[in-house]
Amino acid sequence: MTALLEVDRLRIEFPTRRGILVAVDDVSFSIEEGEVLGVVGESGAGKSVTGAAVIGLLEPPGRIGRGDIRFEGRQLNGLPHEVMRRIRGAKIGAIFQDPLTSLNPIYSIGRQLTETLTTHTDLSPAQARSRAIDLLNEVGIPAAERRVDSYPHEFSGGMRQRVVIALAICANPRLIIADEPTTALDVSIQAQIIGLLKDLCHEHRTAIMLITHDMGVIAEMSDRVAVMYAGRIAEIGPLQDVVKSPKHPYTVGLMDSIPKVGQEKDQLSHIRGAMPRLQEIPPGCPFHPRCPQAFDRCQVERPDLMDTGHPRQTASCWKYARTASHG
Amino acid sequence: MANATPTPPTSPPLLRVQELSKYFVLSVPWLSRIFGRLSPPILRAVDGVSFEIQRGQTFALVGESGCGKSTVARVIVGLYYPTAGDIYFQGKSLEDPSVKSPPESRTRMQMIFQDPYASLDPRWRVRDIIAEPIRTFHLAKNRFELGERVSELLLQVGLSPSDGEKYPHEFSGGQRQRISIARALSSHPDFLVCDEPTSALDVSVQAQILNLMKELQRRLGLTYLFISHNLAVVNHISDHVGVMYLGRLCEVAPKRTLFNQPQHPYTRLLLDTIPDLNLSGRRRQPVTGEVPNPIHPPSGCAFHPRCFAAGERCRAEKPMPRSSKDSIVACHAVEEGRL
Repeated sequence: MTALLEVDRLRIEFPTRRGILVAVDDVSFSIEEGEVLGVVGESGAGKSVTGAAVIGLLEPPGRIGRGDIRFEGRQLNGLPHEVMRRIRGAKIGAIFQDPLTSLNPIYSIGRQLTETLTTHTDLSPAQARSRAIDLLNEVGIPAAERRVDSYPHEFSGGMRQRVVIALAICANPRLIIADEPTTALDVSIQAQIIGLLKDLCHEHRTAIMLITHDMGVIAEMSDRVAVMYAGRIAEIGPLQDVVKSPKHPYTVGLMDSIPKVGQEKDQLSHIRGAMPRLQEIPPGCPFHPRCPQAFDRCQVERPDLMDTGHPRQTASCWKYARTASHG
Repeated sequence: MANATPTPPTSPPLLRVQELSKYFVLSVPWLSRIFGRLSPPILRAVDGVSFEIQRGQTFALVGESGCGKSTVARVIVGLYYPTAGDIYFQGKSLEDPSVKSPPESRTRMQMIFQDPYASLDPRWRVRDIIAEPIRTFHLAKNRFELGERVSELLLQVGLSPSDGEKYPHEFSGGQRQRISIARALSSHPDFLVCDEPTSALDVSVQAQILNLMKELQRRLGLTYLFISHNLAVVNHISDHVGVMYLGRLCEVAPKRTLFNQPQHPYTRLLLDTIPDLNLSGRRRQPVTGEVPNPIHPPSGCAFHPRCFAAGERCRAEKPMPRSSKDSIVACHAVEEGRL
């Protein structure tokens, strides 16, 4: 069985006057049908760029230097723009952080929805309009028949994000790339939007690549988690395992540094230092200067994702090379 | 821990805010102003807020965007004039009209802002940024003493004295927030107002800054007013918590009481939205509705359209803050024992 989305040894580069910056290097993962993969990392870890590459919206001068992106078995990178535009929307939807900038302010939301629907489906304009109203109902916009002719500025932030979700699901895509879908929203609205996304994907069996810096959002929604650090995947595995028994020292530090309600601690444990800038990624394991468990090999050789002894949980850390070689 | 030794009741609070209000008059397009004779709408950003902070403690204000928590912070440090109400700092009123901006109390009170990229002047060297309050308040006798003090402050926040020669762009977000803290500490304040100091930072860096703030509090005996929307952070750092909704305080309680026995329905809603990192799969009440437009807040209790316990009285009458067990709660349902 092939996965819905397969990303294989992906490398994303940004050529600059001072040489090539590698934003993402050697990233491989897959998403199954109907699965939610959370991609978590600090700012600059390369998570958004990876998402943009999958939908073919990498901003120039960014480019895919190496590797493959396959969707339903078909290679996406290198496809002509026009073909990619057909796939985007019809097969892969997108939800971005700021709902105000992802909607066109001068068209009513009904028009934006019907336009997307008539582009990607065989519906007539009249059918598309009634489908648009159904969709708005489905994403929880009250009085959808009346609100369908309103403009984006007439909606609140949470309602706008619902409209964006309606746009993303309108052609029944197999995969949605959701890049920080709740970050711009207030906490109580955030919970509503997460609930909505969860329900919709369950119903339509849509897979989601959920990109966020917020471990809380990941914990609420995803089936599997990929933790990114300095352009690479540090660890990937089922949600329960990564959250409850993280294997990579970075994930361990990350989980410990999150303050949690119901746990009284005078001091939070933190990871010393900060993530390196793209120009300054150290050789070897990019995490080694901050890693409490680093040893000689970490400074010279870059680790690949390795078996951690737990099914489906892999980490790029030399710690696990030793256990593996011992059998 | 600071909250393990409660301050004896005899000592007066370091800061007392009484019935504080701040209204903003919104602008109206001038044609409507001239021909329509429209009186400009008034935004009640803060409406009758009262609380106290004991010396050496951390009081957190939480709420969603637009609830007025940052406005409270700005009024207290004097960036806005209050519309009504009083602020007492060390027992003295700050808004005494006979004294124009009392400088003595200003040195005792400093602020840390949310965005460390916007709150540091990019054209100043770090040492000048940190020295500015010292120069303004004439706290150093000569240049040598000033330099010594700046080095000491840099060390205190975990940077090195040589970092003073650099410019803000050479630092990461967390290091910049350390610079803002050093600047805030430079005038030997007793009281720091921290407006979302970690919400622009990544979690691993957030933990560093929160630890630094706690350590400085212990070492220097600082008192914090901590503004945040993140309840997990508030739970970590504060001793007392005030929950704000549309310009009013719904509930003020000691931290443990608030997190273990929340009384106001809005507090319960907020606590219920905290993501569950234990993955217990706990069922939660579906949250409904959104924060209404603060220009036209709902009648009576501003929370009633979203409240599961709203009754007739909630729609008509504004609830007043009343003591209930350890907490102060503004809710008719709690007062009538319906909750």
